[in-house]
Amino acid sequence: MQRRDFLNTLALGAGIMLPLGRHAWAVTGTGTADSPTRRKLVVVMLRGAVDGLNVVAPVGDENYLRLRPGIGLAGPGMENGALDLDGYFGLHPALASLQPLWQQKKLAFVHASGSPDATRSHFDAQDYMESATPGRKSTPDGWMNRLVTSLPGTATPSRLLGIGPVMPRILAGQAAAVNLPNVSSATRADILDRPAIGAAFDQLYAGHPRFGRAYEDGRKAHREVMMAAAETPQMQAADRGAPLPNGFPDDAARLATLMRNDPKIQMAFVALGGWDTHVGQGAGTGQLANRLAPLGQGLAVLAERLGSLFDDTVVVVMSEFGRTARENGTGGTDHGHGNVMWVMGGKVSGGRVYGDWQGLEEAALNEGRDLPVTTDFRSVLAQIAEQHLLLSDKQLNQVFPAMPQKPASFRLFGA
Amino acid sequence: MTSRPLFAILAASLLFTPALHAAPLAPDQQAVHVLNRLAFGPRPGDVERVQRMGVQQYIDEQLHPESIPMPPELSARLDALETVKRSAGAALGDYLELRKEVRNEEEGARQRRRIEQGRTMREEAEARLLRAVESPRQLEEVMVDFWFNHFNVFAGKGIDRALVASYERDAIRPYALGSFRALLGATARHPAMLFYLDNVVSSTPRPNAKGRAQGLNENYARELMELHTLGVDAGYTQRDVTELARMLTGWTFDQRRLVRDGETFRFDAGRHDKGAKTWLGHDIAPNGQGEGEYALDVLAMHPATARHISFQLAQYFVSDTPPPALVERMSRTWLASQGDIRAVLKTLFSSSEFMDSEAAGAKFKTPYQFVVSAARASSAPLVNVGPLVSTMNQLGMPLYGCQTPDGYKNTQEAWLNPDALTRRIAFATALAQGRLPLGTKPALAPPPPAPPMQNLAGSDASPAMFAPPPPAPAAPPVPLDAARLQATLAGSLSPRTAGTIARSPDNLRAAMLLGSPDFMQH
Repeated sequence: MQRRDFLNTLALGAGIMLPLGRHAWAVTGTGTADSPTRRKLVVVMLRGAVDGLNVVAPVGDENYLRLRPGIGLAGPGMENGALDLDGYFGLHPALASLQPLWQQKKLAFVHASGSPDATRSHFDAQDYMESATPGRKSTPDGWMNRLVTSLPGTATPSRLLGIGPVMPRILAGQAAAVNLPNVSSATRADILDRPAIGAAFDQLYAGHPRFGRAYEDGRKAHREVMMAAAETPQMQAADRGAPLPNGFPDDAARLATLMRNDPKIQMAFVALGGWDTHVGQGAGTGQLANRLAPLGQGLAVLAERLGSLFDDTVVVVMSEFGRTARENGTGGTDHGHGNVMWVMGGKVSGGRVYGDWQGLEEAALNEGRDLPVTTDFRSVLAQIAEQHLLLSDKQLNQVFPAMPQKPASFRLFGA
Repeated sequence: MTSRPLFAILAASLLFTPALHAAPLAPDQQAVHVLNRLAFGPRPGDVERVQRMGVQQYIDEQLHPESIPMPPELSARLDALETVKRSAGAALGDYLELRKEVRNEEEGARQRRRIEQGRTMREEAEARLLRAVESPRQLEEVMVDFWFNHFNVFAGKGIDRALVASYERDAIRPYALGSFRALLGATARHPAMLFYLDNVVSSTPRPNAKGRAQGLNENYARELMELHTLGVDAGYTQRDVTELARMLTGWTFDQRRLVRDGETFRFDAGRHDKGAKTWLGHDIAPNGQGEGEYALDVLAMHPATARHISFQLAQYFVSDTPPPALVERMSRTWLASQGDIRAVLKTLFSSSEFMDSEAAGAKFKTPYQFVVSAARASSAPLVNVGPLVSTMNQLGMPLYGCQTPDGYKNTQEAWLNPDALTRRIAFATALAQGRLPLGTKPALAPPPPAPPMQNLAGSDASPAMFAPPPPAPAAPPVPLDAARLQATLAGSLSPRTAGTIARSPDNLRAAMLLGSPDFMQH
């Protein structure tokens, strides 16, 4: 730590960025097997309610194409058809980049999952998913922040990282957290790295009751992230020189680099928008497919670039609610209820679609229009917190207060 | 209400704030306060001017913008922005023509479209920001900011790129201080909203001209009640959403008629669901377009709407958690005045809660408010709004770039974060050192194609429409006059900040003023 600060000061004083790689400080011993930040969690939130019935589509259900004559995915083997998962469910073809992870049993899905609250408001439902207290708006903090607070070890600002220009609710709370608008820009020197300017603003903000903490967290996290962003020659070789598309795939690759270089980064959150497909969402190709493709690519890149760290990482993809089982009158889908959660990681018991699936018959649908929620999203998250991050029962109660006691009927780990 | 509680971090920090007791603002502080809230902060000389004319007189004047003359040079500059002046039909015609040329792969079509769209976006930003910075009708500009977010449309969605200028000019601005019912109706019938929330395609179930099935889309009906009027907790049901969507079937526009005849709205009886409906407990007899108009009447005068929007106004103008008694009084004015926005604002501005020491400085500036207030305080000649636009992009608030219908929030928890403070300080420093090319005519840069995956929060939601600043400016940068800036902002500075700046090197003072904790709030 002291060594890093010293090097940092040196680099900034000279007005240049030294290309420091992990070799410059990895020897200090943080991030060893017993480090409190060794086990990682990445949460990707699809804001706008992704159409889970076309992500993991029940193509083997006779009702599926009846409900979705225009937008339903064709079966496996057909043109732009779903990719077979288990003979009943099929993966959207735009997510082909995730097929290897499924085959290696490192990717699982939990279908008909979501929030028990009945709201079809995007904004309330996202709020509940980030606070993990459905139906209760007064919860002041987000569950990822509570999770970090309850874990052993000290909370450094970069332990809890958001990617995006604003701080999401899920990261808000007692523990320090930072947001990076995009990972590449966070790795460049900023105005406060100029000594005279930094000193002047340090004086204005030091101990300021309203903004002092945000200012100080920003300064600290910036130093950490700049150090961690440097790519080693081995990593550059692993990239094979292939530039990634802007947006999520690029951010995911850079996030993997940060996580590998800086063992203190433990949790990351990324929000992606554009899933509110009321009109013309398409089937195997089209609007939804165009959004799913870079998402799948980014997740695959994240898994690949994390390397051996993927064994210590769980990635969750979630969305505030699902969409109507029936396509609407305009080639899209309206706000629904149950959805599918994605869980991947080196130690995840993948290759399976979990959950209490009740089919698509009229009587099985929630209010006659949506997938029901048969698995509370919190029970999936709690299982990850308990079995991957090793939280005690008491800690679990702090992170997920008032959670229904019914445990999930499946085990995502060690099955 | 969609208010969220303050984060624990902020609640905790309040414990360390010196106890503030509710106390009326002293007269000199009142002038600073109204300039911070009814305007986007003071320009040089403004505080003295408001003190001379009297705070009440200033408020009355601002509530009647038509009584304030526009400076001819500002009018002339706005008048020169040709793409902003186009009618909705003309703008859409140009847009569709370029799209057709690109689809037909005509020579140079892509380049032409990039240039044209870049120019349109640049002029739209210029029109909005020039007014925000320089118009003497400041409250009108503040209310345009408020209502645009309340009735948000996303310029990045298809043809809304062409329609957003008309939307602001024709559906928002004329009603910013007028009748809420008129404002609601104007947004409901504007093609930008009809397209953005999909009512344009909603229909009673039937085959369309190509024989394909078409039917109901409930997107607009839901947001109309949740966001625009009643509020999410008003107790309506999914059935009410569906029934309202049925009542609004047929509210649409036809792109060809819009381009050819300038027809921005039409009621298409063929699309309308002619069955009986039950909505919010009312039996709705079949009545064509009248059903939707009736719904807007009911919604505009509903007590839940009065409360919901009074809360939002009080949150915008007073504090993130506005005093319930004030919201209640504003709601009563709303109902008594038939939703007269000016009357509700009068109740707000004349309240003791508004003119209170606890309210002064209580709001954290949004990125928009931050860059506009900095441009005003610095009084730099504004020829090129590019640096303001790109700073808003970096801070997650691209102009016309909010993808979701709830618009941008204006609370501290939405905008205060570690990265944002550093970026605001970087902007403040560059502005203070004269390194932002605000006074230099921008070089045109075609926007890049839209990224396939957009971060919801908007980091990449808005294509760049300005070239990077020229590498070496011909003249050396002219730093801001720190003494003048200090005089302009003196009323908002804490003794601690003023003391720290006084002890700092001369060449950093202007940057410290604009980057100070005191300038982050208003």
